[in-house]
Amino acid sequence: MKKLFLALLSATLLAPLLVHAAGADLRLDKAPDRSRNYAALQNGAKVFVNYCLNCHSASYYRYNRLTDLGLTEGQIKDNLLFTSDKIGEPMTIAMRRAEAKEWFGVPPPDLTLIARARTSGSGSGADWLYTYLRSYHRDDARPSGWNNLVFPNVGMPHVLWELQGEQVLSSDHKLVLAKPGAMQPAEFDSMVADLVGFLNYIGEPMANFRKELGVFVLIFLFILFIFSYALKREYWKDIH
Amino acid sequence: MGAANTDKYKSDGTAAGGLLEWVDARFPLLSLWNDHLAKYYAPKNFNFWYYFGSLAMLVLGLQIITGIFLTMHYKPDASLNASGIPAAFASVEYIMRDVPWGWLIRYMHSTGASLFFVIIYLHMFRGMLYGSYRKPRELIWIFGMLIYLCLMAEAFLGYLLPWGQLSYWGAQVIVNMFTAIPVIGPDFALMLRGDYVVSDATLNRFFALHVIAIPLALIGLVAAHIMALHEVGSNNPDGIEIKKKKGPDGIPLDGIPFHPYYSVKDLVGVVVFLMVFAVIIFFMPEAGGFFLEYNNFFPADPLVTPPHIAPLWYFSPYYSILRANTVNFFWIDAKLWGVIFMGLGTVIFAFLPWLDRSPVKSIRYRGPLFKGALVIFVACFLILGVLGTLPATPGLTVIAQVCSILYFAFFLLMPIYTSLDKCKAEPERVTGK
Repeated sequence: MKKLFLALLSATLLAPLLVHAAGADLRLDKAPDRSRNYAALQNGAKVFVNYCLNCHSASYYRYNRLTDLGLTEGQIKDNLLFTSDKIGEPMTIAMRRAEAKEWFGVPPPDLTLIARARTSGSGSGADWLYTYLRSYHRDDARPSGWNNLVFPNVGMPHVLWELQGEQVLSSDHKLVLAKPGAMQPAEFDSMVADLVGFLNYIGEPMANFRKELGVFVLIFLFILFIFSYALKREYWKDIH
Repeated sequence: MGAANTDKYKSDGTAAGGLLEWVDARFPLLSLWNDHLAKYYAPKNFNFWYYFGSLAMLVLGLQIITGIFLTMHYKPDASLNASGIPAAFASVEYIMRDVPWGWLIRYMHSTGASLFFVIIYLHMFRGMLYGSYRKPRELIWIFGMLIYLCLMAEAFLGYLLPWGQLSYWGAQVIVNMFTAIPVIGPDFALMLRGDYVVSDATLNRFFALHVIAIPLALIGLVAAHIMALHEVGSNNPDGIEIKKKKGPDGIPLDGIPFHPYYSVKDLVGVVVFLMVFAVIIFFMPEAGGFFLEYNNFFPADPLVTPPHIAPLWYFSPYYSILRANTVNFFWIDAKLWGVIFMGLGTVIFAFLPWLDRSPVKSIRYRGPLFKGALVIFVACFLILGVLGTLPATPGLTVIAQVCSILYFAFFLLMPIYTSLDKCKAEPERVTGK
């Protein structure tokens, strides 16, 4: 019996090795964790609203939910509310999908869930976005003049190029900054991390609360376990 | 229902009494309670493996309750909203964000679906360890297998509803599979879809089947499963019949009333299960992409095929068997062989009561042949499960083919190796755990 379970256990433990053997090809940079840094998330919201929200919607995320990040409704209205006039509205865009398709080849996707959807064996969705947004390089063969190492032949041009500057591909296929932008590389990376942190947050706005609540649920269940086990022991003491 | 009511109770129902007495004179309340709980005598030596029956009932209840609340807000509608998102997909995110506690209900439902299969697979494995399918429990086992088939249908239908990329393309692949069946296949697939591709019509009929048709069948089958079990009595880790040794009062010597002994014991199992459940819901609701697939956070797009379509983990062993059939054999197409073997792989468990010729039921008294065969079978099932989640390569396909052959060999050779096996003698009375 013991041997049987050991054999089954080792088979179960070996199984994930097969998954690893099928391996990931893409090397992603680890996105800095901004999930509890409200100042960074507020900055990410600002970057998102200014640079992304013209073409990409975040149509499941409502403006007034930004109060989760410590902003007041007044601050949201004055600084972030560009595409709607009601604070309870979701972050939609005015661009029509048919036109967007004509301009970019595919309509720019809604970004509310992008960080969840881009998670894979290679890394979290935040890692993917953080690497992707920093991997644009000049490519004259593309209609926009830009290409991307993480997302080859991407339809989106490099929206943040004025901040990052222009990268080119070196002969050994590495990214090199050929023309500096308005930001230092470290400064740019930190801003992208804030933006990615914000995208990660809107993917599941209740994620922090969920984890906090989970601790209390487990404490409750642990206490319930002690009582239920004591009850069982009491009833079973005469059964031999 | 205080003690006062039961003290005054008279079984003929003539005397005036409390509410319980009034009800019991008109409905077999006390006899149901006694037959199934207070005077249902279960063997006293149940071990770890005997928690999963009651846990399966708990999860069925949770799925129904969370499902009712999800239905209040979910919209089975494939049309695109102003932002170009299918209404069904958007309604799930509405539940996640705008419905109070909606995220918790949704995660309970999605996690519950996967844990239901974990529990059912362990419950079936228990049956195979201790020979619970053997005479006189063949019908319990067959009802159980029907529950398992309904559960697979329920999970497949429900998986389309969030209307994400893998929902859509998974349904497309599975429904197309039926077209391989000769003569009726194409028409059957058309009827299932309600259209020539997976579309709004498919979503609406899958919704109807998922929320009412299959759950009704499931509840009926669970009732039949338990009634059959309580008719013949529970098996136990020793695989011997406790009803053969009864005391002067007619109660099995090794039997104890289900209530309170197993109700309090199962309560401990429920709390431990809820802890596992809570860890997943609150700390890892996607379970690494196994319970909620990451690609399914992209809304369904009929024009973009995902690079790798993998079924959810609980179907992956059968998906592996389907893909392992790569040879056109006789005059039959490889695709049809795949469908045949996949179908056979799921229903072949139902024949276990007649394939097993061993003189003993429990693994404790079986010989090395059965033990070895069971280890190989479980290993193959797990390997096939892992392979089903991976893209097929020629090397992995060979492994899947070997495992598929061993999977079926476990069943088909069972009459031979169980009758040759050197078994130990069963005890007269149940032993420890």
